[in-house]
Amino acid sequence: MSDVVPENGEDQGYKRDQVVKIISSVISKVEAIEDVERETIYRELKNLHDIIEEARQEVGQAQAGDISDKHIPTATDELDEVVRATAEATGTIMDACDIISEKAAEAGEAGAAITDEVMKVYEACSFQDITGQRITKVVATLKAIESKVDALMKVLGEKMPGMPIQGDGESGGEGDAALLNGPQMPDKAITQAEIDKLLEEFD
Amino acid sequence: MDMNILIVDDYNTMLRIIKNLLKQLGFNNVDEATDGTMALEKIKRKSYGLVISDWNMEPMTGIELLKLVRGSNDNFKDMPFIMITAESKTENVVAAKQAGVNNYIVKPFNAETLKGKITSVLGEF
Repeated sequence: MSDVVPENGEDQGYKRDQVVKIISSVISKVEAIEDVERETIYRELKNLHDIIEEARQEVGQAQAGDISDKHIPTATDELDEVVRATAEATGTIMDACDIISEKAAEAGEAGAAITDEVMKVYEACSFQDITGQRITKVVATLKAIESKVDALMKVLGEKMPGMPIQGDGESGGEGDAALLNGPQMPDKAITQAEIDKLLEEFD
Repeated sequence: MDMNILIVDDYNTMLRIIKNLLKQLGFNNVDEATDGTMALEKIKRKSYGLVISDWNMEPMTGIELLKLVRGSNDNFKDMPFIMITAESKTENVVAAKQAGVNNYIVKPFNAETLKGKITSVLGEF
């Protein structure tokens, strides 16, 4: 500063006033700009907050936790059971075909037509292999979705504590609709004997 | 017929179907394997005139088995190999052909198709 500020007081005064004026002006402009930016930032943050809050509520209403905790595991278990049950049924059909084939062979030429038809049954039984592979693919897809939902729930749980991500565990439906549960898994189904016993209790 | 045939499939149902159809066609010496690894072990120990293999199996798939067979220096290198699979995309058929498969049957199939493909590979029997 010493090389630019004149030694006389008048010049010094002018310079000082001018510098103060410029600084004041800059500060006021900066403050004005900051005010605008703060307002913009606040508005943006408010919008962001509203969007997040809306998403929280929607995810909460969707009971997303149930998707990974209940719905998908139930669906995959059901599909696995379909594969198991069809495999068992197919095995039974083919056992019967084996016996019929043996008897047809013993019958000689008369049994040839039976053998031909039994072969068609064998061929048809290949449905189990095809459907099994298709269901296995669906199960793999469901498990992939499950892991994605799990990851999403973990992030939401950490970043948004208190968020209602768990459902009430009920499958929905009221009255008769609530009774439409479909076939039960073997470990949850009651046997015919148990049903008979239960009915007897009403008599 | 005396020819040894190895069928490879991870579904017991399909093994039974193919075995029964082969029996009807006159092939009684049929061995089974449930994946490529088991099949390769059997191929190394016994001479087979034909392998009929599924594609989608674990841990070793049918195409991996085929490539190992064709890439080996053993006497089973040129063994007839038919793929029976639900994989019905063109790229699968092309890949199998490039790997050296002799024929390719898409599931579901019938006895007539199986007989036709075996005939095209082995000749009339």
